[in-house]
Amino acid sequence: MKVKVLYLASLREQLGKPGEDLEISPATSTVAGLRTLLMARGGAWQAALALGKGLRVAVNQEMAQPTTAVNPGDEIAFFPPVTGG
Amino acid sequence: MPVRIQTKDFDAGAEIAALRRDNPKIGAVASFIGVCRDANDGTAVTKMTLEHYPGMTEKALEKIVAEAKARWDVMEALVVHRVGELKPSEQIVLVVVTGAHRGEAFAACEFIMDYLKTRAPFWKKEETPQGARWVEARASDDEAAQRWEPPKSSAA
Repeated sequence: MKVKVLYLASLREQLGKPGEDLEISPATSTVAGLRTLLMARGGAWQAALALGKGLRVAVNQEMAQPTTAVNPGDEIAFFPPVTGG
Repeated sequence: MPVRIQTKDFDAGAEIAALRRDNPKIGAVASFIGVCRDANDGTAVTKMTLEHYPGMTEKALEKIVAEAKARWDVMEALVVHRVGELKPSEQIVLVVVTGAHRGEAFAACEFIMDYLKTRAPFWKKEETPQGARWVEARASDDEAAQRWEPPKSSAA
């Protein structure tokens, strides 16, 4: 299935791209699954997306949890803790 | 529109006047303005760049404003947040809440800011004499937001 993935703020700089359209297996059905898939690319991906860094994830522009479902056509954004205001 | 994201500066007086217009039932206006400082964590800051997640930012702020209006007896609420390049002393964010009485307006205004700091997708990058750096999230901001959470049931 096709999904759109975004990398925002410091994560975009660490990964060297603002996002990408991905074709993933329907077996990758959750946010945690997608993160594991991306970390398997190794190098900067493994480091930047490592657990314990407080990364946030939004699915279709709503805050998501590791167990949140990923469906065809979804927009999934990875980003660091927010610092506005 | 209770929520605006913009690069240009805002005029708090004009925004408040517009929010109050034609509503003689308003007895209290609480407001907050966040301003860009010239130092952070002991290092000089010459400039900052504010980035956001267009689409999600507006939705997140609208949700926060809606929750404030549901929790407190207030009338109108406005959030204006700037993005792009800002220099020290420039205004970053404006929150205005109107109501009949000050207690509810103060609380709703503080709630909106505390939730904005921890839930709205904005990120600051600072320019310092040592180079650019992304601002780290503060634990104190999480603690401020947690004050507004309902007490957890001890039944579990």
